[in-house]
Amino acid sequence: MAEETLLADDFLRQLINVGEVDILVGLPTHNNAKTIEPVIRAIQTGILKCFPRERAVIINADGGSQDRTPELVVGASIGDVWSASKVYALRTMHSISTRYARSPDPGTALRTILAAADLLRAKACVVVSPDSTTIEPDWIQRLVLPVYNDNFDLVSPIYRRQKFEGALMRNLLYPMTRAIYGYRVREPYASEFGISGRLATDFLTKETWNDERSRIGAEICLTITAITGKYRVCQSFLGPKAQPDRSASDLVAAMRQTVGALFSSLDSSFPLWSTIAGSQPVPTLGAPSEVMLEPVRVNRKRLREMFATGVAQLEPVFRSILSASTLFELQRIATLDVSEFNYPADLWAKTVFEFAASYHKSVISRDHIVQALVPLYRGRTLTLLLESRDGSEEDIEKSLESLCGEFERLKPYLLEVWADRK
Amino acid sequence: MREIIITELTQALQELVRAVAHYLPRLVVMLIIAFLGWMIAYLLKVLARSILRLTKFSKLSENAGATQLLHQAALPSSTELLSRFIFWVAWVGFILLGVSVLGIVGLQEYISNFFLFLPRLFVALVILFFGLLAASFFSRAALLAAVNANFRSSRLLSISIRIIISIFALSMVFEVLGVAKETMLITFGTAFGAVMLSLAIAFGIGGKDVAREFLEKRLATGKKEEKEDELSPL
Repeated sequence: MAEETLLADDFLRQLINVGEVDILVGLPTHNNAKTIEPVIRAIQTGILKCFPRERAVIINADGGSQDRTPELVVGASIGDVWSASKVYALRTMHSISTRYARSPDPGTALRTILAAADLLRAKACVVVSPDSTTIEPDWIQRLVLPVYNDNFDLVSPIYRRQKFEGALMRNLLYPMTRAIYGYRVREPYASEFGISGRLATDFLTKETWNDERSRIGAEICLTITAITGKYRVCQSFLGPKAQPDRSASDLVAAMRQTVGALFSSLDSSFPLWSTIAGSQPVPTLGAPSEVMLEPVRVNRKRLREMFATGVAQLEPVFRSILSASTLFELQRIATLDVSEFNYPADLWAKTVFEFAASYHKSVISRDHIVQALVPLYRGRTLTLLLESRDGSEEDIEKSLESLCGEFERLKPYLLEVWADRK
Repeated sequence: MREIIITELTQALQELVRAVAHYLPRLVVMLIIAFLGWMIAYLLKVLARSILRLTKFSKLSENAGATQLLHQAALPSSTELLSRFIFWVAWVGFILLGVSVLGIVGLQEYISNFFLFLPRLFVALVILFFGLLAASFFSRAALLAAVNANFRSSRLLSISIRIIISIFALSMVFEVLGVAKETMLITFGTAFGAVMLSLAIAFGIGGKDVAREFLEKRLATGKKEEKEDELSPL
């Protein structure tokens, strides 16, 4: 109940008025007026269809929207959903909004939602991204049911993606989390997920909230907490993932949010992950992971150029992070043309592990280490594009498995560079 | 005549003996102070070395780029250099303290000046260290931001930032030390102005093509470039 201090008085009053609930749906927002209405409608329909007898509440944690997003959330009438779906709830469904800060902070938004779930003693808590324009009412059922009926503590999503989308997830987050923590969670950093009340309560007491780097990537820390805390984890197939418009600057922010938080988590959990070898699958509900094979226009020359420029310009930075042999290999690759460009999986795994070890030793500013990885990630993405250009779904899956295998095979190398007093 | 000479010589000898007798204990005291000073300075050196190693000062110095500079100048590591510096400052301080016991007229002022100079020297060293640290940090931050934004002259930008901050720190150091204040002020002003002017010229020359392309794209209506998809990382 220490989390009560995090919640504003007015918000707390509204929560007390709601009373205990069975299902809490959290919606962290910031200027999402364009996309929020269909998302709210899908959530309401999902709850009405699948959980008409359960006590449910929608909690909107807003980071200072200027476009009336909170008003749209609170004002979304359930009457429209009733008439459209012909289903009626037996309980009142509340929608509450709170402004946790004047500027967006995903970590604080999640913390606010979890604190509300803890206070209302929610049995299941679902977090939905306000950008998810592809959301279907069934998503709520798929994220809640495993917690509600099967006692799972974390339901991680699996999306249907275009074959080149989610490259950071496929190239780094998934293979590294899998090799480090030994569980094959496809989306360790999820924008939609379901968690049990007990995991929410436990996660609120973690150190994550006191560390700036971990807080900005709280979603990945939640997955790691669930794995390391021996909670029951499963995956649920949701459907196609909407891709918000992103610019090049978003990549650096995304790296900070995900890779920074993942690297940061390695420090405290070292005794645990250092003894894990190999990986095990987690139960997956619904259809298996699928990829869409539609072609995407990407400027490969530009990616190669950004990689080569990065390797050349950041040489003094790389000297303090990478081993001489890895840097030499990268410099060699940087001279290759697009047609023969290849950043092999084993070298990529070694690069990432050397970055993780340097991050642990703080050889330079930790934020600079994460930023220095960006041009190299672009090089690896180019290899992924070239490899999967004409590949079938099976080929893409095989290539991902091979990359994960390299990360697992080279884990002793991580332990070696981790312990090495450079 | 002979007696006078003998008397004078005896007197001179007696005065010399008296002077030696007067100074000898002070000399002994000075030597004792110098010896004790050496021991204390040595202990301080060992203590400083341990503290610097414990606090990972070498890593901080590496981040500041000081290690690289020292290596290029074939000097010992920053930890060793700083602990040696502490040793010498402490020992010289004790020697001067000993010399002041001798009571040599004229030296007293220099000795007190030296002790007054010590805090300023320390402040100057701290400014220099943090100046180098800031120069290294901000130049690297600029380099990373520029590379990730695909800025062409990233290294130039980074080096310019490092030079500007280093010059700024050095001018502050010289001002604190009171060494060639005016010269340093003029040098800093000139160097800063030169860097800014060269950056402005470089930006103008380098950016003219970009500006032309931008205007052409804005003004041309018929020619439309095919849009490429941006890959989402997550």
